[in-house]
Amino acid sequence: MTDVLNALVLFANFIFVPALTYGSQLALGALGVTMIYSVLRFSNFAQGETMAFGTVITILGTWGLQALGVNLGFLPTALLALPLGIAVTAGLLLLTDKYVYRYYRTQRSASITFVMASLGVMFIMNGLIRLILGPGDQNFTDGERFVLSASAFKEWSGLDEVLVIRTTQALTVILAIILVALLFWFLQKTKTGKAMRAYADNENLALLSGINPDRIVMITWIITAAFATTAGVLYGLDKGYKPLAYFHLLLPIFAAVIVGGIGRPIGAIAGGFIIAFSEVILTYAYKKFLAYLLPSDLAPDGLVQLLSTEYKLAISFIILVVVLLIKPTGLFKGKVI
Amino acid sequence: MKRLVLASVILAGLSTAVWAEEDVKIGVLMGFTGPIESLAPTMAGSAELALKEISDSGAFLGGKKIVPVRADSSCVDAAAATATAERLASSEKVVAFIGPTCSGETTAVVNNVSAPNGIPTISPSATSPALTTVEDKGVFFRTAPSDARQGEVLAQVAKDRGINEIAITYTNNDYGKGLSESFSKAFEKLGGKVTINAAHEDGKADYSAEVAALAASGAKDLAVFGYLDQGGKGIIQNALDTGAFKRFVMGDGMVGEKLAADLGKDMEGSFGTMAGGEYAGSEAWNKIAESAKIDPKGGPYRAESYDAAAVLALAMQAAKSTDRAAIIAKIKEVANAPGEKILPGELGKGLKILADGGDIDYVGATNIEFDDVGDVPGSYREMEIKEGKFESVKTH
Repeated sequence: MTDVLNALVLFANFIFVPALTYGSQLALGALGVTMIYSVLRFSNFAQGETMAFGTVITILGTWGLQALGVNLGFLPTALLALPLGIAVTAGLLLLTDKYVYRYYRTQRSASITFVMASLGVMFIMNGLIRLILGPGDQNFTDGERFVLSASAFKEWSGLDEVLVIRTTQALTVILAIILVALLFWFLQKTKTGKAMRAYADNENLALLSGINPDRIVMITWIITAAFATTAGVLYGLDKGYKPLAYFHLLLPIFAAVIVGGIGRPIGAIAGGFIIAFSEVILTYAYKKFLAYLLPSDLAPDGLVQLLSTEYKLAISFIILVVVLLIKPTGLFKGKVI
Repeated sequence: MKRLVLASVILAGLSTAVWAEEDVKIGVLMGFTGPIESLAPTMAGSAELALKEISDSGAFLGGKKIVPVRADSSCVDAAAATATAERLASSEKVVAFIGPTCSGETTAVVNNVSAPNGIPTISPSATSPALTTVEDKGVFFRTAPSDARQGEVLAQVAKDRGINEIAITYTNNDYGKGLSESFSKAFEKLGGKVTINAAHEDGKADYSAEVAALAASGAKDLAVFGYLDQGGKGIIQNALDTGAFKRFVMGDGMVGEKLAADLGKDMEGSFGTMAGGEYAGSEAWNKIAESAKIDPKGGPYRAESYDAAAVLALAMQAAKSTDRAAIIAKIKEVANAPGEKILPGELGKGLKILADGGDIDYVGATNIEFDDVGDVPGSYREMEIKEGKFESVKTH
């Protein structure tokens, strides 16, 4: 019995908790991409940098608050600075829309033109975040580090294996649930949300029924800013802020969006978790886990690891290719939004 | 305003001209950014202490001064290191290099810049066993011992502390691979078992998958051959967070004040090795370093940097010129026996003996004695984390 418990705790500690956290961060990022895709009809390559930009502003706000002596007790101070980060990021995205994307929208340019424009925006933001905060790592996590620490768990359970939950991990999952719930409520119940869905569904019909397109576009950017900044800040709190790491997030995020079905919010969330769990499950070495469950003479000698951890990034790439080959519409195909 | 700018430009031009006549430039080519950025400034500072001592003595090449030119070699980016070395050699016209710092970039710089142009190059910290056999045309020396030896020493230390099973992770480059190979070979020879030997990439945000695989191997202790400002630290941080490992065995790239300050209190009893030991010149070096506010035992390669700079300057004095080939010919002569023994702080004395045509044996802070390929035998300091700080326990 203890062995089974040990195996379960091992699984939770090294697979379930990290993958759940990473999946939540990916899902929030992917939601931003999918919103832009369904309303503005292009894949936004600047999403990773948008997340980084929101994080940069939040970090500056956090430092300001810390200098003033403000903190949130056991929660990270960055949560207080998050609204500031979202507001400034929304401002930047709206400016970008005004000076870059609006032109192509009035020209009714092809989707690929938008994608290339967003690539340019990505490079500019890439430089912008390095100008503001430099290329180095920043650690802005404060407050209590653990919700459940290794020693506390050991004392409570008496097991050999431990389960550790960091504050940032718990926070990521809780905030992701709240934000996703809010988004679905907004899209399904409010008038603006319904207008957005109508606009995404059929632009011309929506215009005929008197929906103001400028307002829809504006709200889409603001929602994207909120999701991107929150995802970026949670990622930074959990893993430390590294400018390049955000750029590298772009591939798993796009993989998540495509696996779930482009333009489907529920697909983005499912895709985020599929990518995150695949990455962790396929690179985990099951030797110890099996040793707990199997009789001792059957216990494996090797590591029982499907793929070495160096191939972690390759997994999202493989999933992306396989989905595009077999089921290009993704898991949740159907109408957009 | 315009005139002011013009005047300062002319002034700057003039002063360069003055340098070109009077002073000797030496490139301090170190990884000021990147995975060892917290080690590089003190190493450069230590090298510059020696250069300052030489300049202040007034006896160097009839009263000339040495000007150090710092440049970033990045530690990991071989192309960037090569370009920087190229710039130092051609546009700054440095006579010699102190550096580079990491093994991979050193191989690149030696192959592409130093050997083709015949530039004397002394690295204070590149430790890959592969550099022993690099085709360097005799221009490359190092004051840090090769990792072939560090691996053996560290394996013995680990075994002596009762470790029989160990998981190894190394940074995926020449340095990490070389050290992990020599360590695992020596450890298995001593009867120990290596449960997993896995590489990690630097610069990633998250190392939970790597740590999970290492922990799953079943070993209780983890050997980390990486960098304290990079993946190595990320691995340790994650291992501590998840409760996967408590005791770490560390190579020299991990031994530094910053790691102990950030994580030291959670990794009590972890240990590592760094080049160094109790030498004839240690006491003299400690005094010099402390007066310059450098902790001589707080991190690796400080004494080695001082020695690299001192050897270069003494070789120039022996050659009585700043001609690169002439310097290379004299490096072994001033560093090796026989001759009057020179300790740190006695560089002025050494310069005078050389000027009068005498012979010296630069012992320096780390018992410098080059062999045929420009390696030093060296010894290692066993460092242990006690009460959140690295402490020197023993020398091997």
